[in-house]
Amino acid sequence: MTVTSVHKDPEKMTMTISSEFDAPIGRVWQLWEDPRQLERWWGPPTYPATVVDHDLTPGGRVTYFMTGPESDQPRGWWRVLSVEPPRRLEFEDGFADDTGEPNPEMPTMTIRVTLDERPDGRTRMAVETTFPSLEAMETIISMGAEEGMKSALGQIDELLRAEAGPL
Amino acid sequence: MLALQGEHSVSGLARRYPMSFAAVQKHVAVLEGAELVTKRRRGREQLVRGNVDTVRDAYRLLEQFEAVWRNRIDRFDEILADGAAEGASR
Repeated sequence: MTVTSVHKDPEKMTMTISSEFDAPIGRVWQLWEDPRQLERWWGPPTYPATVVDHDLTPGGRVTYFMTGPESDQPRGWWRVLSVEPPRRLEFEDGFADDTGEPNPEMPTMTIRVTLDERPDGRTRMAVETTFPSLEAMETIISMGAEEGMKSALGQIDELLRAEAGPL
Repeated sequence: MLALQGEHSVSGLARRYPMSFAAVQKHVAVLEGAELVTKRRRGREQLVRGNVDTVRDAYRLLEQFEAVWRNRIDRFDEILADGAAEGASR
């Protein structure tokens, strides 16, 4: 199992998920550093991400959009708070408007990534997400859940269409 | 303190936990900010009550968020396995 531990703290509005990969640290870091690899995992298969800007330097921005089953395209951004390749990355992640500009009315979360080399050459990754308030947590997670729900519904639609096809 | 049942005074909590009154008060303020407890005054006392629904809701939200990240980490594995296969075939 890749995920080694998950710690959820409602009081601190934080979740930390730790995992271990059978790959060297530099290889795991590429999944954050290379926009083409980042877009392969950031969004779910039914909401694939496209990374537009990708500047992993302090104060730098990453901008992206995701494309949903109904061609809806929610947009988001990161603001890099600190970066120390290939071990640490801390950024703010927020919602953007249709033009890709950060939407100041929407809450943001802070994500801290830590990579560590194990003596056996494997890599441990911890991702800690902190929400600024319970309200923010609710807004952010329920928007994500809505996307997840839509993509699940989209898949059901597809299945139904496929089954109805030959008739 | 999250499992706070019923209503307790801040001074009562300070006696119950190995914490100073000031430390409990600070902790309660954090919990209040997160809407995990509600506080009211009775005379000179401050009474605190755990907001069980909020704690449960917050935990449930974090469970949904955990699922998002578990899926992302599954994709990490797939990408890393892909790369290993490419490397081996070269």
